[in-house]
Amino acid sequence: MTSSLEAPAKEPLSSSKATIVLEGVARRYPARRRRDEPVAALEGVDLEVREREVLALVGPSGCGKSTLLEVVAGLQDADEGVVSALGAADAQGRRRVCAYMPQRDLLLPWRDALGNAALALECRGVPRAQACRRAAPLFERFGLARFERARPAELSGGMRQRVAFLRTLLAGRPVLLLDEPFAALDAITRAEMQEWLAGALADEPRTAVIVTHDVREALILADRVAVLSARPGRVVAELDVPEARPRRRREVAADPVFAALEQRAMEALGC
Amino acid sequence: MLRRRYLLSGLLLLAILGIWQAVASLPGVDHLTLASPGETWRALRDDSHLLFSNAATTLLEVVLGLAIAVGLGAAAAIGMHLFRPLRDAAYPLLIGSQAIPVVVVAPLFVLAFDYGIGPKLAIVALICFFPVTVNLIDGLRSVEPELVKLMRSFGASRLAILRKVELPSALPYLFSGLRVAATVSVIGAVFGEWAGADRGLGRLVLLGINQLQTPRVYAGVVILMAMALLLFAAASLLQRIAAPWSRAELPA
Repeated sequence: MTSSLEAPAKEPLSSSKATIVLEGVARRYPARRRRDEPVAALEGVDLEVREREVLALVGPSGCGKSTLLEVVAGLQDADEGVVSALGAADAQGRRRVCAYMPQRDLLLPWRDALGNAALALECRGVPRAQACRRAAPLFERFGLARFERARPAELSGGMRQRVAFLRTLLAGRPVLLLDEPFAALDAITRAEMQEWLAGALADEPRTAVIVTHDVREALILADRVAVLSARPGRVVAELDVPEARPRRRREVAADPVFAALEQRAMEALGC
Repeated sequence: MLRRRYLLSGLLLLAILGIWQAVASLPGVDHLTLASPGETWRALRDDSHLLFSNAATTLLEVVLGLAIAVGLGAAAAIGMHLFRPLRDAAYPLLIGSQAIPVVVVAPLFVLAFDYGIGPKLAIVALICFFPVTVNLIDGLRSVEPELVKLMRSFGASRLAILRKVELPSALPYLFSGLRVAATVSVIGAVFGEWAGADRGLGRLVLLGINQLQTPRVYAGVVILMAMALLLFAAASLLQRIAAPWSRAELPA
């Protein structure tokens, strides 16, 4: 397929090649009071993500999922262990290969949807007009046609999240890191957005890590699900999801294979 | 809605005028200290040329002084925002500057810079600098840390974060500061003129007091109030144009 984006197409697609590698990663936050022990958010995390694989990180609230994602994104540094993304082991290098999408859309209220989507390109030094020209065709492809000029306040929650995702995609990085992208949406919109994202990831294949607390969402979107324990977060289970993406929500709900996987994930979570 | 607001403001104004007229008509009230609304209106009408030509001078002082305050305030706020040591060092001085008694330093400014417009601009700018700078610093710091993190992940430079995220976010705060500054700026100009001037509404009011032309003094004060209101409205209007995503209050 022809892509208007800088898709990472240099290497041939191989299932064994690891894009993201974490080995013995620990992250601790200093204690609030001096005599307390530091708070361990992550402890001994080992994880690999293969090229063009979509990995879902599932875990209870406060287990360090978001911390893990920010460490990979190069927005934080690990206190122990090795983190590398496409061979870049330092935080700055990881920031260069990863595009990070936070929980909230964080769209700029003074820019229209197109201008918001173009923001990441502008940060790389592309002039505004040119960045907007490159963003425009994506609006058509990802169900946002005719909303180019709308201000964020005029968009629904789902629409805002789509714009935020386009902005992430337009960063032109080979690795996508999505932190609970649909946590703020209502159940119906979330279901719709899960299928939309599954389609978008099939259309623009990337190596992706998606943090979620929703096992069903993980099974719809991911090739593999890593289950984290409660704080300090460790990987307690890794489940391969069979069947090709994109998957429909209804299929996932009806298929006994997925039901069994959901069962195993819930057990690993201790539910 | 808007109509109702104007109606209510008008009614309140009428009530105040009524009370003012009633108090002024009480027996035993000295007309040298309290001019009635009617006398004030006659002074406004009869001396309109004198009043408005002097008001133009004062308005010029106020607008230029405000512009200087915004320019210096913006530079100070951005500098203090970008360089933490500068903020730590300069913030106490900034607060201290607000405690400088303008009434006392105004004559010194006039001594130093002569009778012209210079000392008035310095005094207006001195008064207006504080609300502009403090609000802008708060605005620059109001940006959500998450958003700064996102920009960093996009590889944005410090300057790009300032230009694309922090300055636009701070605009509504800047206009809040500007609205406060606009109202106090008029007082600054009057103090400047009291310390020594050959024209301006403040000087006219001072002369009016010395010459016991009380209605003219009241007329001057009314114009000064109108001027503050006008500047406030102008700041709000400017905010609607420059930052339409934020909500600005327009005066009734």
